[in-house]
Amino acid sequence: MSSSPAILRHQDDAMPAAAAVTEPTPVPVMTPTPAPPSFGALAGRWYRLNQDSLRATAIGVISLAAFLLVWHLLTTYRVVFFVRFTNVPSPLAVYASFTKAIHDPKFLLHILLSCRRIFFGFSLAAIVGVLLGLIMGRFKLVHEIVFPVAEVLRPIPAIAWVPMAIMLWPTNEQSIVFITFLGSFFPILVNTLHGMSLVDPVLVRAAQCLGARERSIFREVYFPASLPHIFTGLTIGMGVAWVSLIAAEMISGQYGIGYFTWEAYSLVQYADIALGMIAIGVLGLGSSLLIRGAGQLVMPWRAK
Amino acid sequence: MSEIATATPQGHIEVKNFSLSYETIDGSVEAVTNTHIHVKPGEFVSIVGPSGCGKSTFLNAVAGFLKPTTGTITVDGERVSGPSAERGMVFQQYSLFPWKTVRENVEFGLKMRGMPRSQRERAARTLLGLAGLEAFEKHYPEKLSGGMKQRVGIVRALATGPKVLLLDEPFGALDAQTRVIMQQILTNMWQRLKISVLFVTHDIDEAIFLSDRVYCMTARPGSIKAEIPIPLERPRQQSMMMSSEFLALRRGLMSLIREESLKAMGGEINDLGMQGLNIELHGHSLADVI
Repeated sequence: MSSSPAILRHQDDAMPAAAAVTEPTPVPVMTPTPAPPSFGALAGRWYRLNQDSLRATAIGVISLAAFLLVWHLLTTYRVVFFVRFTNVPSPLAVYASFTKAIHDPKFLLHILLSCRRIFFGFSLAAIVGVLLGLIMGRFKLVHEIVFPVAEVLRPIPAIAWVPMAIMLWPTNEQSIVFITFLGSFFPILVNTLHGMSLVDPVLVRAAQCLGARERSIFREVYFPASLPHIFTGLTIGMGVAWVSLIAAEMISGQYGIGYFTWEAYSLVQYADIALGMIAIGVLGLGSSLLIRGAGQLVMPWRAK
Repeated sequence: MSEIATATPQGHIEVKNFSLSYETIDGSVEAVTNTHIHVKPGEFVSIVGPSGCGKSTFLNAVAGFLKPTTGTITVDGERVSGPSAERGMVFQQYSLFPWKTVRENVEFGLKMRGMPRSQRERAARTLLGLAGLEAFEKHYPEKLSGGMKQRVGIVRALATGPKVLLLDEPFGALDAQTRVIMQQILTNMWQRLKISVLFVTHDIDEAIFLSDRVYCMTARPGSIKAEIPIPLERPRQQSMMMSSEFLALRRGLMSLIREESLKAMGGEINDLGMQGLNIELHGHSLADVI
């Protein structure tokens, strides 16, 4: 679990480099160059310092391009080799439907509604999951009461809740948000609990002999000490939230990007299927980037 | 600063008839037994003993983390019933809050007391200045060296103006050079603040160099084997550690500890089949061999 921040951090390295890669030349142009180190020396030094992230960015770009190229070739030649590419839309067709879709208010509404469901379902799960996890971690009795129930409910996939959710909630919208909530709730709860169980008891002692009472210890020690694990839970929870949302939308939705994708299949608009899938991927990536950014804001001590 | 520099020495620690045992499946095990110690106001007292003798357990009881099975612990006549800011503690593992900057760590005790932000910031800066850590106030502990971390740990414990300072092998994890410097810093702060100090260590030189008095503990279950006054003059210099007076104290304390270490290891020695050694177990000659 602790290995994940390291992976996240590594990718971060690539980001500023990606931005810098596009503008290496304007830098020496803007600075008047009587400064002793020549442009070549500066560029060389900059290159050496950023060598690793440059390499990663370059390989990343090449690999994405190769992916698109293979996709393009497979679809233009309609390859049939166990899997059939006869009906799969080409990247260009998907791009064409993308340019059309961004001007279509209905498509944007689909995206907006999915984002809203994620926002409500995930936020609710984050608040309830983290609070419950902190309380369960601190008070044994609450843990003993809640844990068995949670353990029984946890293995049930959020999708399996769809019929029950439709019965429970008066509107479709509410049941979809509920399913999104369920999907992200358990990873958040479990990771918060895990974080609480790993709090160094010596830090609690240190706080106690500095005069901290129960409430302050909770706020000043247990909570910040659990934050790295809480954010692991949030990251996993966000992923599962999207999985659950898309499934729920495909089964019972009237709007949303999952519904859009399913509808495209029913209407034989194959390019829109791929467009919907890519949109889901981009939204999922964007939301996990948001969480990572929030994590870095909240835990400055973990920055390099 | 007024609450930090207490003019009149206070912090009289008295431990009477102390014992502490804990329950295991095989019955109750005694960690510390029948222990009496006292620390006069403003005195620097060390506890040394073989590893596992229960000296840390004892210190944790004085801090209020553990309840004595029998006996009483009082500070200035008041019975210890739990941890409090009156008894500052410094831990071997530094135990700084990683999510707080150096200054926020030092401020913590003042914050708990409800001191307004600007005031406690000023107090923390002054204290950090005394420890030569001003430049690092905005750093997170992770970025500091071991010696700096422990200086922050000491400053943090002193910030609330405690009556006594308890230190649990605070320099055990530091290299020899840093340790010497830290001992000097601790001595300076102690002399300035006139605070009572109870210092637990297994380093005999450290105990003699720092203390007014040293208690030597027996092997488990720990109790006080001897009380050794250290009449060395203050201020003490490193060069003093070569003086005949220091060496005599060291020799005496060393043999006391060795005796106890061997007692604690007696079982192991038998297990290893080193029968020859066992015969001489009570004599000092064996201690010298080992």
